[in-house]
Amino acid sequence: MNVTRRDFFKITGASAAGVAVMGLGLDLKPFKSHAQTLKLRFAKETTSICCYCAVGCGLICSTGEAGAGKIINIEGDPDHPVNEGALCAKGAALSQLTNNDSRLTTPMYRAPYSTKWQKVSWDWALWTIAKRVKKSRDASFEHKNAKGQVVNRTTAIANVGSSALDNEECWLIQALMRSLGLVYIEHQARI
Amino acid sequence: MTNHWIDIRNSDCILIMGSNAASSHPISFKWVTEAMKRGGKLISVDPRFTQTSSKADFYTALRSGTDIAFLGGMIKYILDNNKYFKEYVAEYTNAAFIIADSYDFNDGLFSGYDAKKRKYDKSKWGFVKDGKGIPKKDRTLQDPRCVFQLIKKHYSRYNLDTVSAITGTPKEDLAKVYEMYSTTGQQGKAGTIMYAMGWTQHTVGVQNIRSMAIIQLLLGNMGVAGGGVNALRGESNVQGSTDHCILFHIWPGYLKTPKASQPTLAAYNNKYTPKTNDPLSANWWGNYPKYSVSLLKSFFGDKATKANDFGYNWLPKLNDGVTYSWLDLFDAIYKGELKGLFAWGMNPAASGANANKNRQGMAKLDWMVNVNIFDNETGSFWKGPGMDPKKIKTEVFMLPCATSVEKEGSITNSGRWMQWRYKAANPPAEALPDGQILIKLGKALKYLYKKDKNAVFPEPIVNLKWDYSTHGEFDAHKMAKEINGYFLKDITVKGKKFKKGDLVPSFAYLQADGSTSSANWLYCNSYTNKGNMSARRKREKSGIGLNLEWAWCWPVNRRIIYNRASVDKTGKPWDKEHPVIEFKGKVENGKYVSKKWVGDVPDGGWYPMQNPDGSDRKDTKYPFIMKPEGHAHVFGPGRADGPFSEHYEPVESPVSKQPFSSQLASPVAVTYDTNMDIYKSDNPKYPYVCSTYRVCDHWQTGVMTRWQPWLLETQPQLFVELSKELGAKLGIKNGGKVVVESARGKVEAVAMVTIRFRPFTIQGKTVHQVGLPWHFGWVHPKDGGDSANLLTPSAGDPNTRIPETKAFMVNIRKA
Repeated sequence: MNVTRRDFFKITGASAAGVAVMGLGLDLKPFKSHAQTLKLRFAKETTSICCYCAVGCGLICSTGEAGAGKIINIEGDPDHPVNEGALCAKGAALSQLTNNDSRLTTPMYRAPYSTKWQKVSWDWALWTIAKRVKKSRDASFEHKNAKGQVVNRTTAIANVGSSALDNEECWLIQALMRSLGLVYIEHQARI
Repeated sequence: MTNHWIDIRNSDCILIMGSNAASSHPISFKWVTEAMKRGGKLISVDPRFTQTSSKADFYTALRSGTDIAFLGGMIKYILDNNKYFKEYVAEYTNAAFIIADSYDFNDGLFSGYDAKKRKYDKSKWGFVKDGKGIPKKDRTLQDPRCVFQLIKKHYSRYNLDTVSAITGTPKEDLAKVYEMYSTTGQQGKAGTIMYAMGWTQHTVGVQNIRSMAIIQLLLGNMGVAGGGVNALRGESNVQGSTDHCILFHIWPGYLKTPKASQPTLAAYNNKYTPKTNDPLSANWWGNYPKYSVSLLKSFFGDKATKANDFGYNWLPKLNDGVTYSWLDLFDAIYKGELKGLFAWGMNPAASGANANKNRQGMAKLDWMVNVNIFDNETGSFWKGPGMDPKKIKTEVFMLPCATSVEKEGSITNSGRWMQWRYKAANPPAEALPDGQILIKLGKALKYLYKKDKNAVFPEPIVNLKWDYSTHGEFDAHKMAKEINGYFLKDITVKGKKFKKGDLVPSFAYLQADGSTSSANWLYCNSYTNKGNMSARRKREKSGIGLNLEWAWCWPVNRRIIYNRASVDKTGKPWDKEHPVIEFKGKVENGKYVSKKWVGDVPDGGWYPMQNPDGSDRKDTKYPFIMKPEGHAHVFGPGRADGPFSEHYEPVESPVSKQPFSSQLASPVAVTYDTNMDIYKSDNPKYPYVCSTYRVCDHWQTGVMTRWQPWLLETQPQLFVELSKELGAKLGIKNGGKVVVESARGKVEAVAMVTIRFRPFTIQGKTVHQVGLPWHFGWVHPKDGGDSANLLTPSAGDPNTRIPETKAFMVNIRKA
């Protein structure tokens, strides 16, 4: 049987759906095992950790032949000591998070008083943001507070987020914001 | 969590309260089930009969917001019936400490209350010290001013009748839970608590947890396998993001954010470095300057020098006595005080308490940057319900980011395990990892500040160390190594020679003179010359489930913290079946003559407190090494709302008085005063107690899950759950459309009329409770309902300022 790359996604998608409805008494085993064979034959496997709750379940992500291509399946890692292969409903559906046509794929900008988004380039977006930050910060910067104590801060800009980021990104974010003088620095842990 | 997921299996009794673990942390339940297979008991206490309750050996309900009354009753039961672990309590906790005469408690108020400022003077709650400055103790626990006697007196009021009248829990159910759980006070038995936002999101959130911590200490359940105080943290990396302190009040590694009153690094270090005169106290925070200086070296690299106080004054300072928390910042945004807002992987228009206040505030900003995987209620607030885009000036930048499988880096789970994730796929189209967005934005800012001769105070930005990319891409390994820390010159520490550029093997080697860097001392030991510890994958084959070579755990790979309290004074485990650590040094003539601990990484490697012959050792330290006195705090004088817990009603409550005191709500609860901060207690317009919760199929505000077909099919829309009795009273049928409204907002929902809620009898009157999930929002799906946080109040805990979204008042009517 010749299977195109597109068929792959359809089949592996159906495989995971099969797992989800098995509790309803439907027997999708033959279909499922066929799909798994395809996955084993071609996929590259990469371990990861689930992005939802803080149980920290291990995942195996299967991608297409070219390696870091597109996700074709995500399942629980049987070698992981916490979940031993198991996943909840959200974890089992993870491939739909990454392969999702509704994702944002390009920076977008909403101008003052505009009723719509417009697509913009990363360069334009980041330089414009940097200029807005600088303008707001410099105009509001307090070297000293009302008591004359050195504070070197701005209270005109706030940063929230995020516990959805990796540790290394979390460190970067607080460092960048603190270097700008922000004191309004918060995230999910507070709420 | 003081312990970790797998360790739950070692428990003899698991109390799940303030959490629906089976639904919200589903895989945690694997280990609850495993404990039950081994004979452990499960107790579920929840206003609603949940998936967790359905698996429990015993279930009972309490009214939302009355956990302290419930737990205070348990403390009384433990003390009245001698269920506490006496040796543990007397030796390892501060139960033996003598408290100053200035401490008192009267009609719901602790001494030192200032009604005008709504604040306590905590100096009234001090320990009495001897001539050497060491706290006085009565290890027999008989002194009338010792903590043990004071706690007995404090909770003597928490009898079954009063507790039942407040909580609505039947007296016999209270007695049953107390009896079941307090059996874990026996030596060798362990009880654990699994809680989540059901305990934290209250104006008494911290004291809810304090109450349980007191119980765990009285029963000797801290530090042992199958014990501990276990917060089931929500987001995948909320432990890590807290450790790295994306929070106004702390710097990475739980160091304090400097205050305006600390003008120099010396003044700052002096303020936050606790002192002890007790040679038996390790007083670990005595190392504070080593951690703060190493952090500043990571912030500013070579630019941080002794001459410039390592760049201390380049970083912002808080005004003394002012908080800059989530509720404060959205209050300030609503008042029009801010110009710009960054929201990374967050959706405050749906996740924040009193969400409409946040939404209205966003329209007053000049600009907002929203980084997310999908469109959401925050980025698109300007076209949301009730908004007229043509009148909203706010510029919005919506930036697409990668999902977790499209980048490399680590996250830290609730059990403090730092686990490495590899990149599996490329992000779609132009989406970028957040780290890459940050690196690029930082470079742009550095360029602007370098170029502009008139830039305001450019030093911190220009001097910020920002060399964490390789070939222009953010390199998580470089950042992870900096988080661990480096030796910055050739030095010898503790007899070991290190070369410039070596990774620091553990925080015990960090220095306060600028010769080491460490972006987070707590993670020092995670990425060493031996490699990336968080990427390890060796499973434990036998033992109690510590898995010491799987990933890495802070601090210094210690899997169960406070584990030196799991052994007796001679270093032998209380629980022989589940030893966490054990001292196996050589013995000569009844004395230990060599040091050897086996098992988990011990909380400090000193000799045990005593020799096998019972003689005390001088070269040892008390087990609770993070406390200046070395003893766990049964009496907690550092809290904003009292050294013991006390029942107060939520800011919005169904009653006008409560039996314990004339203080109805917490005298130090945080509230706000804009026209959008309305609170209605004991008000006939809003007669029903309400709580928010989660379902298994969605995640937080639903930003990630509402866009997924399978998950949306299983949970397509907002519902409100209510009892059959309330349904009958209001003529609301299962599946009918209703409006749920509070003093702040309203949402439309589908009624789910069930037997899982039952009416409570509170002080003789019938009180109904309802609940609804907070996963929905107007952006998508179109008919899925809006955020339940439109209903919740912006009231907060005085210690943490976490909003009270788990107990507030609503009305329900047919739509």
